Amino acid sequence: MIKLEAVKFRYEDMLMEFNFHMPRGEFVGVIGPSGAGKSTLLSLIAGFETPLSGRIRFAGIDMADRPPDQRPVTMIFQDHNSFAHLDVWTNVALGISPRLKLSEEKRARVDDALERVGLSDCKSRKPTEISGGEKQRIAIARALVRDKPVLLLDEPFTALGPALRREMLDLIRAIQRSHNLTVLMVTHQPEDTEYAASRVAFVENGKIAHLLPTADFFAASAPKEIRSYLGG
Amino acid sequence: MTPAKIRAAIALGLVLGAVAFGFVPLLWLGMAQGFSGFDAYLPRVVSFTLQQAFLSTVISLLIALPVARAIARRNFWGRGVLLKLFFLPIALPAIVAILGIIGVASGVVSIYGLHGIIFAHVFFNTPLAVRLMLTRLDAIPAENFRLAAQLNFSDRDVFNKIEWPQLASAMTGVASLIFLLCTAGFAVVLILGGGPQATTLEVAIYQSLRLDFDPARASVLALAQFVLCGILVLLAGRFATESEVFPRTVATTVRYDGKSLSSQVMDCLAIAVAALIVLPPLLSIVVAGLWKIQFTETLLRAAGTSLFIGFSAACVSLLLGWTLADAAARQQLGVVRPVIMLASLAALIMPPAVLATGWFVALSQFADVGTYTIVLVVWLNALMALPFIWSPLYPAIIEANQRHDRLCASLGLTGWPRLKRIDFPVLRRPLGLAFLMGMIVSLGDLSAIVLFGSDKLVTLPALIYRQMGSYRMEAAAGTALVLALLCFGLTSLAQRRSASRDQA
Repeated sequence: MIKLEAVKFRYEDMLMEFNFHMPRGEFVGVIGPSGAGKSTLLSLIAGFETPLSGRIRFAGIDMADRPPDQRPVTMIFQDHNSFAHLDVWTNVALGISPRLKLSEEKRARVDDALERVGLSDCKSRKPTEISGGEKQRIAIARALVRDKPVLLLDEPFTALGPALRREMLDLIRAIQRSHNLTVLMVTHQPEDTEYAASRVAFVENGKIAHLLPTADFFAASAPKEIRSYLGG
Repeated sequence: MTPAKIRAAIALGLVLGAVAFGFVPLLWLGMAQGFSGFDAYLPRVVSFTLQQAFLSTVISLLIALPVARAIARRNFWGRGVLLKLFFLPIALPAIVAILGIIGVASGVVSIYGLHGIIFAHVFFNTPLAVRLMLTRLDAIPAENFRLAAQLNFSDRDVFNKIEWPQLASAMTGVASLIFLLCTAGFAVVLILGGGPQATTLEVAIYQSLRLDFDPARASVLALAQFVLCGILVLLAGRFATESEVFPRTVATTVRYDGKSLSSQVMDCLAIAVAALIVLPPLLSIVVAGLWKIQFTETLLRAAGTSLFIGFSAACVSLLLGWTLADAAARQQLGVVRPVIMLASLAALIMPPAVLATGWFVALSQFADVGTYTIVLVVWLNALMALPFIWSPLYPAIIEANQRHDRLCASLGLTGWPRLKRIDFPVLRRPLGLAFLMGMIVSLGDLSAIVLFGSDKLVTLPALIYRQMGSYRMEAAAGTALVLALLCFGLTSLAQRRSASRDQA
C-alpha cells in the first residue's frame, strides 16, 4: 500500500533517508528518540514536506508531485486538528467539501461519523467548549468522512490520560478494521504501540533502524538500541 | 504564479512605486540643479534634528524606566485607568496634544523652542516607553519572583538579576523607535519650533517647498532625511522587540519585592511624575475645549473630510498591509521578503514630507496637483498607516498560519473558501484593530494635509492649525476637543479589540 524508496530529506544538519513498505490494512507504530525524524516521516508521506529525492508510492502510484489534499491520506496531528471558531459539525463537514456544499447524503455521512465517535450531542459546540479527548474525536470523525485508505497519527493522544488514550486507540482500531485502513502512528508511549500495532518501526538518526513485529520489538531479545530506548 | 503571489506583487509594486514616484523626481531635480541646496543650513538642521531626538529619547527613557517598574510590581487601584490614559498620548493627534501643552504652559513659561519640543516629545514618548517596557516586565515568569523571594533577593537584586536582563534586550529597540519617531515627527516641531534655530529636516522640507518655493533645497533636505531615517529604520528593525503597546491592565504576577517604605515612596513618586507629565495637557484639552466647540459648517465639513480620508486611507492601508503581511508570513516571493518588510515601513524611511514633495514635483509637470489632492492625501495617509497596520496583523497572521496551514492543505481549503471560512473569521479581531489604528493615524495626520490641502480640502488637524495660525485659540481648542473625542472613541474600540484578542 505505502512504499518509500530511498526518500531523502535534509533537516538542518541531518540527512534523513527512509525505505519502508507496509501493506494495506496494517497498523504500524513508530517509536524513537526526539528529533530522530518520526514526525518528518509522516509529513513526507502526507505531503507536508518535499523530499530531496526518492519515491513515495501509494498502491504503486508515485505521489511525489501531489499536494496533501490529493493524496490518499488523512493525518491527525498532536494539536490544531480543528478550527476553533467553527462548530464541531462544520469542522467534520470540511473533510468532505471545503465549500461546504453538501448533499443530503453527505450531510448524513457527517452525522453518522459524529455518531460513530460519540459526538452527536456536541455537534453545535465549538472545539473550545469540549474536552481534549472530544477534540481528537473531531479529527477521527473527519478522517471517517474523508474515507482515505491511509491514516497517519502524529502523537495525537499524548495530552490524554491513560484510560482515555486506551479508549481512543480502541476507537481507531475499530475504524481501522471496519474500513480496512492502513495506519501509521508516531507515539512516545511504547505501551500504545504494544496495544494497537502489529509491527513497530524504530526511527533513529533519520532512518528506520528496525521494523519488527510488535512482540519481537518488546521482547528481551530486541536489538540493543531498542532495549536501551525502552529502558530495558 | 499563484493568485496570492500576484496580489502580493501588485501590493508591493504599488508601495514601492509610490516611494519611487516620490523619491526619483527629487533626486532628478537635485541633480539637475547640482544639489545647490548644500550649504551651512543643512548641517545646522541635521544637527538640531539629532540633538532634539537624542535629548527627547534619553529623558523619555529615564522617566519611563522607574515608572514601568513601579506599575509592574504594584497592583494598585486605578492601574488599568492609568494605563489607558497612557495610551492617549500615543493615539492623540500631535496637534491636539500640542494645544493641550500650550494651554498648560500658557502664562507660566514659554513653550516655544528646543525645551518645548523636548517636553512635547517626552509627553508623547514616555507613555509609549512605559507600555513597551511593561509588556516585557509582564512577560517575566512568576516563578522567577518566587525564587527571588526564597533566596531573599533585595529590591536591587531583583532589578539587576531579573528585571534589567529582561528590559535590556528591549531597551535598544525602544530607544531606536523613540529616536526615529522624534526624528520624523512633524507637527511638534512645526508648531513649537520652526525658526531657523529650531527646525528639523522634516519641517525644513515643508518650509522650503511651501514657504520659500525652493524645490532644489527641498530635494537636498529630502535626500538627507531619507538617508537619516533609512539608517534609523534599519537600526530600529535590527533591535526590534516583540513588545506590544497593549500591556495587561491588571497585574497577574504576584510580586514579593518592593515592600519597604522607601520602595513604596519611590514608586509613588515615579508614577506621580509620569501622571503629572501626561494628565495636565489631557485635562487642558478637555477644559479649554468643552464650552468652545462651535458646530459651524466649517467644523462639520472638516470632520466629515477627516472621517472620509481616515476611513478611505485605513481601507487602502488594510488591503495593502494584509496582502503584504500574508506574503511575508508565507515566505511568498522568496528573497523579496525583506523588501516586503521594508516596504511596510516605507512611510518611516521616506517620511511623508519627502514623498509629498516628490509627488508634488512630479505631478506638477503634467497636471494641476489640486485636481488629485484628496487621492494624494488618502494614498499618503495609507502609506503612513502601514507600519501601524502591520504591527497587529503580521504576528496574528503568522500564528493563524502555524495553526491552520497543514490542516487547510490536507483538506484542500484554498482561495475564497479558506478566506471566507478560516482566515477572515480568525483574523477578524486583529484586522479590526489594524483598521482602527490606521484610521487613528490618518485622522491625526497634519503633514500630508498641510502640503496638499487647500481651502476646499480641510481636515480637523488642518483646521486647528489654521485657527492657531490666525490666533483663534478658543476655536482651535473646540476643534481639538472634537478631534480628541473622535480619536478617543476609536482608541477605546482598539483597546477593547486588543483585550478581546488576548482573551481569544
